[in-house]
Amino acid sequence: MNGIVPTPIARQPWRLLIPLFVLVGFGAAVLFSAAGGNLQPFAASHLVRFAVFLTMAAIMVLFNREFVRFLAYPAYAIVLVLLVAVEAIGAMGGGSQRWLELGFMRLQPSELMKPAIVLVLAKFYSTLPPGMIASWRALIPSGALIAMPMALVLMQPDLGTALAIAFGGAVVMFLAGLPMRWFVAGGAAMLVAAPLAFFFGLKEYQQRRVTTFLDPESDPLGAGYHITQSKIAIGSGGLTGKGFNEGSQSHLDYLPEPHTDFVFATMAEEWGLFGGLLVIGIFAMILSWGLRVARSSNDRFARLLAAGMVATIFFYVAINLMMVMGFAPVVGIPLPFMSHGGSSMMTNMICIGSLMMINRWNREAPSHGIGR
Amino acid sequence: MFGNGSQPPPSSTSLKNTYDRRSFVMGTIGAGVGMLLAGRMAYLAIAENEKYETESESNRVNLTLIPPRRGWLLDRDGAPLASNRADFRVDVIPERMSDKERTIAVLGEVLGMDATALQDLTDKIDKARGFQPVEVGAGLAYEQFAAISVRLPDLPGVVPQRGFSRFYPTGPSVGHLIGYVGPASAEEYEQDRNPLLITPGYKIGKDGLEKQFEQQLRGVPGARRVEVTASGRIVRDLETRDDVQGEAVQLTIDGPLQDYAARRIGLESGSVVVMDCDTGDLLCMASMPSFDPNSFSDGIGRIEYGMLRDDERVPLRNKVLKGLYPPGSTVKPMVSMAFLKEGLDPEETVFCGGGLRVGNRVFGCWNRRGHGTVDMAKGIYQSCDVYFYHFAQRIGMDPIALMARRMGMGMEFPLPVVSQFYGTVPDPAWKQEKYGRDWATFDTVNATIGQGYMLSSPLQLAVMSARLATGRDVLPQLLLDKTSKRYPSFDFSNEHLNYIRQAMSDVVNGPGTAGRGRLPLPDILMAGKTGTAQVVSLNVSDGRSGPWKYRDHGLFIFFAPFDKPKYAGAVVIEHGGGSGAAYPIARDVMTFLFDPQKGLEALDALERQWGGTAQERLEHKYAAYAAEAGEIIRPPPRRDEEIFDRVDAEARAAALQPVTEATDAAVNRSENEDNPPVETAP
Repeated sequence: MNGIVPTPIARQPWRLLIPLFVLVGFGAAVLFSAAGGNLQPFAASHLVRFAVFLTMAAIMVLFNREFVRFLAYPAYAIVLVLLVAVEAIGAMGGGSQRWLELGFMRLQPSELMKPAIVLVLAKFYSTLPPGMIASWRALIPSGALIAMPMALVLMQPDLGTALAIAFGGAVVMFLAGLPMRWFVAGGAAMLVAAPLAFFFGLKEYQQRRVTTFLDPESDPLGAGYHITQSKIAIGSGGLTGKGFNEGSQSHLDYLPEPHTDFVFATMAEEWGLFGGLLVIGIFAMILSWGLRVARSSNDRFARLLAAGMVATIFFYVAINLMMVMGFAPVVGIPLPFMSHGGSSMMTNMICIGSLMMINRWNREAPSHGIGR
Repeated sequence: MFGNGSQPPPSSTSLKNTYDRRSFVMGTIGAGVGMLLAGRMAYLAIAENEKYETESESNRVNLTLIPPRRGWLLDRDGAPLASNRADFRVDVIPERMSDKERTIAVLGEVLGMDATALQDLTDKIDKARGFQPVEVGAGLAYEQFAAISVRLPDLPGVVPQRGFSRFYPTGPSVGHLIGYVGPASAEEYEQDRNPLLITPGYKIGKDGLEKQFEQQLRGVPGARRVEVTASGRIVRDLETRDDVQGEAVQLTIDGPLQDYAARRIGLESGSVVVMDCDTGDLLCMASMPSFDPNSFSDGIGRIEYGMLRDDERVPLRNKVLKGLYPPGSTVKPMVSMAFLKEGLDPEETVFCGGGLRVGNRVFGCWNRRGHGTVDMAKGIYQSCDVYFYHFAQRIGMDPIALMARRMGMGMEFPLPVVSQFYGTVPDPAWKQEKYGRDWATFDTVNATIGQGYMLSSPLQLAVMSARLATGRDVLPQLLLDKTSKRYPSFDFSNEHLNYIRQAMSDVVNGPGTAGRGRLPLPDILMAGKTGTAQVVSLNVSDGRSGPWKYRDHGLFIFFAPFDKPKYAGAVVIEHGGGSGAAYPIARDVMTFLFDPQKGLEALDALERQWGGTAQERLEHKYAAYAAEAGEIIRPPPRRDEEIFDRVDAEARAAALQPVTEATDAAVNRSENEDNPPVETAP
């Protein structure tokens, strides 16, 4: 970069970190406002968590390729066991539960599964002989690897996370080069299965979320309330917003969950279209940086891993933004780096940490155009 | 294009190419989604900005109407017969309540309501249309009000506010005259789609003058814009426009006299009307027993309403305007005037032996032993029926009916009242039309003693008295109009007028039928005429004893002073057992008018005997009635407000200060200050 800046600093992936810091700082500001102009209870812990998970990511950067490859199956297995444990504890406790109480934090294993599924599939396809990529041996094991955690998460029930796991897995499979016709056939099967799943697979409250998404005005004070109020918040912000700490929708409790799922609406009300474009722009920078890392990677495992991590973050961002703007049903997916919440911060920082780690691998062993 | 590499077996190189292609496609799709989201964001924030800004404002800002303070109803001296009292109140809007039982239970607990009150409330809520506010409590203590305000987020549909409630200082004394106020009914709202009508706590006139002068008393509502949270908690006031109080309506009624007369009726059921002979001003229109309009305005309870509805003395009817009675012998001065007009010599006599045969039937005089030789004066003061039986046959019905109408009987007066009954003055044409039969002599005979088909209201009797006393076409007035007016004179000769006045004075002051009616004042003589109206035929009851509803009505018309009439009026006591029930009341009312101290002494003695003032007795009665129904009623809190002292009877007696001074005091001690915003804990 620049000769004046010392190498260890110049070496850091600033094209990722600067946008990320801006985003997290902006998120903290929005959370400050969502708490009625207070650091507590959201903004301060948001920053602290970011610091903690950034440290974790920095440690991840030091892992070498062999270690990570070695880790893939055990990590997946552990997370799967944790998911079963959550289910068992929930069943014993007489209710559904999504987390494990670890004392210092609540661990939500389904969150860990999002990067874990990407990792295990990257490992699987990187070890699969290229000649078998069009055979059933490329599909059945990975299908099972995706199906098991999905089933467990759906039992919780947590449709949003299950879809995120499926999306991450599907993206890795797609990029691994599985025959296109399988995806076409799978897509067609889903089109057929979706109505069936809607009527027989979804719980009543989940069905209602979908129907009100299709017509939010049908129930303005009930289930459609969230979407309607969120659109009011975003739309009333205009170009420049109502001003910091001036958002009436969030401050007067019209906006539900102003600090978690609807944090983007809280932001847009106060910062307007400019704030919204800034956030979307920063996500574009982070994700495109991630994609660049994936492409410049010099082995199949790293390529798939990096792209899978990007897809996981992308899924969060896209679904959350579509939800708050009325393009998707309310599924309870937070906005990365802005929403208040430790589990999503952890998942996303694992993704970021993985990308930074692969970035280091790339730098140390530049791609020669030969896959291994 | 992608992944169709089944012919050459895939190698790592072709997989790398596939990866590059596919990841490029994924990136493009991702960028597309990003563009789509940015576009959507721009659409919401720019194209639909106006719409959502409006919706955001309508979320944030809550506009509430401030009900206007109702105009006062004043008596002729400017003292309030109906005023407003600032209070804290709580309403519920049924359709906004999420959990009715729980909300009612919480309210009941905070307000300390007992089982009856809770039942009343539940009944009212069940009956109300959803949007119609139902009053839970008014006149709350500040602590109760605050306790409810804090719990608001858990109690949707509950509306606490600071407002005004209507206050009638003399309660039952003015119940029928003034009416009462209450929340608008669904029908009233259908007719007048004024949003004010469904504002919680807003009340409109439901009866009497309150209803008649509704538009004038209403005023202009203020508005208050507040910032509210989603749960309805008020964050701050944004802007307030004050209400404009309704105009006051000043009546001709003399407040203390009204109160006195109403209380003097005592345990009886009846009415007292007093009017000014010169101006026609109605000084008093008392009708008892009555209801306490304060109870109605606070939202009357089930039991209290049941008590009023079931009472055989119909406390819900204004007897001054809607009680119709056979006028009995009170028509005799009027009939005499008709005789004089037709040229009958008042000195001409008839012999009364206790009855007179008319056709094949003997009509008895009320005095079975007979009055002996009777001329017109004696016919009046001794109320001899035979005199009138005899001469009425000579004069005929038409001149009598004509005179009756000129005296105001059978007339509807141009008064601002919701309704008045106008009774009947029978004549041959009337009977032909109504019954299709010819007028018979015995019809004339009946009519001349105010029986038969003849029916009139107490107000008409008072007007008749005033017109006979003055010889002028006096019209009753209810709205104070200080311009002096002089009513046109009837073409009665002074000689005739004086003759009738003297005869009516003799009823009271001479050898007449109302000897105990003499005023206890040295220089003022009251003239009058007694009347007794049979309710059932003599073979059912003698009219004086037995079941209450078979007893005769007692009537009395009067004016004073007899030689220079200033005040005239009528007293009608339903089933009083004869005129003896009526004229002592007239005597005391007139005494009070001329000498309040003396009048009040008489009343005090009687009220001790009866067990309290009319209001106190009503409360006792309600408590007893409720106890019988198995409910416990706590006595209403006594209000020791000075405002009482201006229109009740004692006010006049205690302070014989100039009337103007009292008027000023009434205006200065206004409770109608502005309505400060409700403070809400942040």
